[in-house]
Amino acid sequence: MIDLLTTHYNYVASILLFGIGLYVVMGSPNLVKKIIGMNIFQVGIFLFFVTTGYVDGGAPPVVGHGEETFVSPLPHVLILTAIVVGVSLTAVALALVIRIYDGYGSLDEDVIKEVQVDD
Amino acid sequence: MTDALVLLVVVPIAASLFPVALGGRFERIGWFVAAAMGLVHLGLSATVAARVLDVGRISYAVGGFEPPFGIELVADGISAPLLVLVSLSTLGVLAYARRAGPHSNAFYSELALLTAGISGVFATADVFNLYVFLEITGLATYALVASGRSPSAALASLKYLFVGTIGASLYLLGVGYLYIMTGTLNMADLTEAVASVGYSSPAILTSFGLIVTGLLVKVAVFPLHTWQPGAYAESPDTVSAYISALVSTAAGYALVRIIYAVYTTEFLDEVSLAGDALVALASVSIVVGAVLAVMQSDLKRMLAYSSVSQFGLVVAAIGLANETALVGAVVHLVGHAVMKGGLFLTVGVFATGLGVRTVEDFAGLAAKAPVSSAAFAVLAFSMVGIPPAVGFVGKWNIVVGAVEAGAWSVAAVVVVSTLLTLAYFGRVIERMYFTAPEPEADAVSTDGGNETVEVSFGMRAVVVVSAVAAVVLGVLGSDLITVIQPALEVYF
Repeated sequence: MIDLLTTHYNYVASILLFGIGLYVVMGSPNLVKKIIGMNIFQVGIFLFFVTTGYVDGGAPPVVGHGEETFVSPLPHVLILTAIVVGVSLTAVALALVIRIYDGYGSLDEDVIKEVQVDD
Repeated sequence: MTDALVLLVVVPIAASLFPVALGGRFERIGWFVAAAMGLVHLGLSATVAARVLDVGRISYAVGGFEPPFGIELVADGISAPLLVLVSLSTLGVLAYARRAGPHSNAFYSELALLTAGISGVFATADVFNLYVFLEITGLATYALVASGRSPSAALASLKYLFVGTIGASLYLLGVGYLYIMTGTLNMADLTEAVASVGYSSPAILTSFGLIVTGLLVKVAVFPLHTWQPGAYAESPDTVSAYISALVSTAAGYALVRIIYAVYTTEFLDEVSLAGDALVALASVSIVVGAVLAVMQSDLKRMLAYSSVSQFGLVVAAIGLANETALVGAVVHLVGHAVMKGGLFLTVGVFATGLGVRTVEDFAGLAAKAPVSSAAFAVLAFSMVGIPPAVGFVGKWNIVVGAVEAGAWSVAAVVVVSTLLTLAYFGRVIERMYFTAPEPEADAVSTDGGNETVEVSFGMRAVVVVSAVAAVVLGVLGSDLITVIQPALEVYF
């Protein structure tokens, strides 16, 4: 167990981030906190990809850099794309939150439900 | 020639820039840019389809990087009809939107982005590229759903965004597992790589679970459908029609591709739990979706739950791993898009012209709007599965496939679902044709408070064309099958 924590701590961290992120998305009634939770969840996935792409003592696959071990840069490139997607999602989500706040005067899901019933 | 394949994605993305860029100078340029984009898209997809009919399968290496290292775009007998469907749906929705709106230039930019995303999903042969296109589709859809001015539309959109993003992230995680085990992202390459790793490897099984769950969220199968009724019901009619026709269809197509091209039927044979779980989940979705549809009073919500049920049929057919059933699933993907898009537009015509939105209001509608009512009835009976319409062709193949595979329970569920579909459409049609309108109904519709727009010729024409298309596609069903079948045969 201790062994797992010392050698695979980055995997443990990414699983913790999944869990925390999902919990915030589902558990928090505040819409902005849900967006934060969604970001934490995605960061867990980014960490997972980047971790799997890491090779101890590896060099980038560039001419003149190499000794023996080369690292595939693909997982890191994929995550750069995924980060861009994540930023766009956050932007759209925040824009929606502004409109929801204008309409209901609250960011709390429970309050919004009450306002909707009253209408 | 194969350049047309990549232009299917590039043209809409480029077109999406113009409405916002030129919007300051020309107020109504958005529609014209989108219409030009739609026509070019139709030309390109027709070129691709003609080539596919000729040689069977075409492939394009993006940026000149040869697959499996670069991204590969592929068109074959399954994706070519769906690409043509994207062009035709775009043009149909645009003909409708000319009068019905939304009229903002941003709306047309978002529509073009959505066209790009969906075309990409249908064309790509790379699992990570598929993630990117799914997210472009998702982002454009969230913005389109929120283009309804009400705050409840924004709330429905945000809910969709949370659920959709979690789904897509699960898919991405699944792709991560696949990449770690195989070192490739190209679908054709993955077929052999996954087999050589071994189908019972825990990492491969995990990736299957994550990818399929992620895609099922996007397909909106019960119990992962929670985002879908709100998103369809709160968005403007034009948007409901477009996304109901194409967005879940794209995810359903991705599910077919991933399960059969990456994991293959051997995987389903060896891990029988995977197929059984899909079939069981889908069967529940078919019945529960239809029961929920019967309970709705708002017509758009009813149509939304109907989609939960119809996509259950598609997923059940995918899980059966039977060739006839899979052909039925692809036909039903195409047919459902035509029928459900048409139904949403018909409901939109009723809502703009007469201000009716609930099943109650439909009383005596046939006398007031005979043409649209007839179109609604044709589309509804097609959805029920009455021959010769396209709904019958899809459902018939799925039932025959289920019987061939010995899955009698699925065959029974499909038959029951047909009765339930008749139940929820039957009560609407009965009201339209055989119930006298309530006396004060006219007074209500005139001061309904909604901005009333005259129903244009274009709006009526699209509705009639979709009804005719549903029947014609059904008559030409066997021709459609001869196009699809060779592309599916290679998986069995």
